[in-house]
Amino acid sequence: MAKARGAIVVDVEGCKGCDLCVGACPTHVIELSRKVNSKGYHFAYMEHPDACIGCAHCAMVCPDSVITVYRWKPAPKPREATTA
Amino acid sequence: MSASHDSDTLLLEDIIRPENLVFEKTACLTDNTLSYCPGCGHGTAHRILMEVVEEMGIQGQTIGIAPVGCSVLAYDFMNVDMQQAAHGRAPAVATGIKRVMPEKYVFTYQGDGDLAAIGTAETIHACNRGENITIIFINNGIYGMTGGQMAPTTLAGMRTSTSPFGRDTEMMGHPLRITEMVATLPGVCFATRQAVHTPAAVRKAKKAIQTAFELQRQRKGLSLVEIVSNCNSGWKMMPRKANDWMEENMFPFYPLGDIKK
Amino acid sequence: MKGNEAIAEAAIRAGVDAYYGYPITPQSEVMEYLMAERPHLRTGMVVLQAESEVASINMVYGAAGCAKKAMTSSSSPGVSLMQEGISYIAGAELPCLVVNVARGGPGLGTIQPSQADYFQATKGGGHGDYRLIVLAPNSVQEQADFVSLSFDLAFRYRTPVMILSDGALGQMMEKVELPPQRERMTAEEIEAQYGHWATLGKPASRERNIITSLKLKAEQMEAHNLHLQRKYAQIQEAETRYQSLRCDDADYVLVAYGLSSRICQKAVDLARAQGIKVGLLRPITLWPFPTAPIAELARAAKGFISVEMSAGQMVEDVRLAVNGLRPVHHFGRMGGMITSPSQVLEQIKTLFLNPQASLNGGAH
Ligand SMILES: Cc1ncc(C[n+]2csc(CCOP(=O)(O)OP(=O)(O)O)c2C)c(N)n1
Ligand code: SF4
Ligand code: SF4
Ligand code: SF4
Repeated sequence: MAKARGAIVVDVEGCKGCDLCVGACPTHVIELSRKVNSKGYHFAYMEHPDACIGCAHCAMVCPDSVITVYRWKPAPKPREATTA
Repeated sequence: MSASHDSDTLLLEDIIRPENLVFEKTACLTDNTLSYCPGCGHGTAHRILMEVVEEMGIQGQTIGIAPVGCSVLAYDFMNVDMQQAAHGRAPAVATGIKRVMPEKYVFTYQGDGDLAAIGTAETIHACNRGENITIIFINNGIYGMTGGQMAPTTLAGMRTSTSPFGRDTEMMGHPLRITEMVATLPGVCFATRQAVHTPAAVRKAKKAIQTAFELQRQRKGLSLVEIVSNCNSGWKMMPRKANDWMEENMFPFYPLGDIKK
Repeated sequence: MKGNEAIAEAAIRAGVDAYYGYPITPQSEVMEYLMAERPHLRTGMVVLQAESEVASINMVYGAAGCAKKAMTSSSSPGVSLMQEGISYIAGAELPCLVVNVARGGPGLGTIQPSQADYFQATKGGGHGDYRLIVLAPNSVQEQADFVSLSFDLAFRYRTPVMILSDGALGQMMEKVELPPQRERMTAEEIEAQYGHWATLGKPASRERNIITSLKLKAEQMEAHNLHLQRKYAQIQEAETRYQSLRCDDADYVLVAYGLSSRICQKAVDLARAQGIKVGLLRPITLWPFPTAPIAELARAAKGFISVEMSAGQMVEDVRLAVNGLRPVHHFGRMGGMITSPSQVLEQIKTLFLNPQASLNGGAH
């Protein structure tokens, strides 16, 4: 069975750098950037994108709803048979 | 650990595709940037409330009441018809609406100063009449908007700008557990206390809001969802620290869970 | 029919959607009558006893924000409690009716009739630059007629309207011809007529509607105030109502509203019988105030007396209208005491026909 792979997209301009998503991510994907957005906030980004499992924990706690989450679902049967 | 060849070689572009979308901001929130401080629980509470409205398909039948407090501008963010009420009067405004339009979903969104201090009478009597409305009550133990003064919910010993040496219960009274109070009233069909600081808490709080609206649909009476939340600015803490402090200090006095169901 | 009951019955017949109130003498009969009539069976009208006047006025705000015909009634101390709500209603531009069956004050005062709430009704009462349209009935018939009129004005201008009555008119029994039943508007009619601003639930076809009086930016707040002021100017232009009785040739003009105007009518008759040319100008709208007609009268008349059951409140507006051209006096009693027509006549004589006395005396 393929491992779930995910990715997040942060709306950089809407992010307030509150750090809550960083704390909520079970696989330590997210960090706050050294750079700032136009409002002066250190925005969140995927420091370790490979570790993202698309669980949406980060988005659950993001007060500003600026995280969009994607999860790649392993394609069904044929491949599963070859990789299992 | 044997990982699939496919998932190992995946590029971000392969993942970030519409068919892989698992979470995005609900259309029942507007595009306006929230006016809240970074990490403030108001934003998360807004989101799950609007997610429930979207999932129940009741955007067109919902009327919300914004309070006076930090969330006075809730109507800028929630994409439903809304009224802004005078400080503490949201339950009366909601009563006025619901009585003339009983088929609509009516909710108030109120802070602890609004609901449990200046608006205590309106809160208790709307509850006691069993108005078919839903109250979302954000308890952050402080007056956020006016700069961190003591609220009726402020914990004993807690420092605020009007209790600079800590809340002295002999002089300033005790913190008020208003949800327990109204739970004793027959007009209240559902009273629960939730939080929105962790993914699990968010899911539970959202479920509670769903239940509240469902009970409103069934005309069961008043449903009140308290959300114990942070006020980073008022508490003068970074958001993650504030959430830890909340778990350690607020939850023992304001335990989470259903009080009446 | 009792004045208070006439208001209640007229409300049902005006197609009012909701009455929210709290008991207070001398107007409790309004809600008592409504509760006994069970208008929800007659027209579907909602009647609810609130926990306070603060709650009632905010319930009115909520229903008015849905473009429903909503009203409350109270008496002086209760209307004082409503002032924040009335200011919000004016600021958010909502239509509604507030009835004040006034009693004597200040404080808990007396349950006896009074006209001492003129300032509160016409000069704000609550905070901010706003106005109420204030209608002053002087009979049970007008108490009934003005209910429907109030809602017409309230919806035409999206503004709160007040009927300023008093305990005597509220308790008075008179014959009254009740208006025919107006149907309550259906949800579809309200949507069609007021859907562009009222909070009825947001259909996909329009942006959300917001009822608020909050304007965070100074520029926005000023723009909103300017908009309100333009509206108030229109109201002044189009809605000033008054009644003039034998003013054409009058040397002396009594200005009086409500109960006092009934006393002054008799005083005019008494004076005329003695050959003294007295007329009565009766403001029906206290705001907008009939400034222009009074100014016009000031060209020919020799003097004015504002007769009020107060220490002299409306007299200030009469003075502004007369603008120094003629003497303007106040005459009246307070605290529930009611003056008589002959006392008014005496006052005319003392002030204007017997200069000796007016030198020492002046107005009460
Ligand atoms: C009649 C009135 N009194 C006082 C205020 C000032 N005021 C504005 S917000 C507020 C307190 C709000 O605190 P809370 O309800 O806890 O909401 P929060 O800001 O913490 O979200 C006060 C006292 C007001 N606007 N109106
Ligand atoms: S989706 Fe899950 S794993 Fe991915 S960044 Fe968010 S919290 Fe971390
Ligand atoms: S939780 Fe949201 S606002 Fe806070 S840092 Fe993460 S993305 Fe930014
Ligand atoms: S002051 Fe407190 S309650 Fe208000 S937005 Fe900031 S953190 Fe939130």
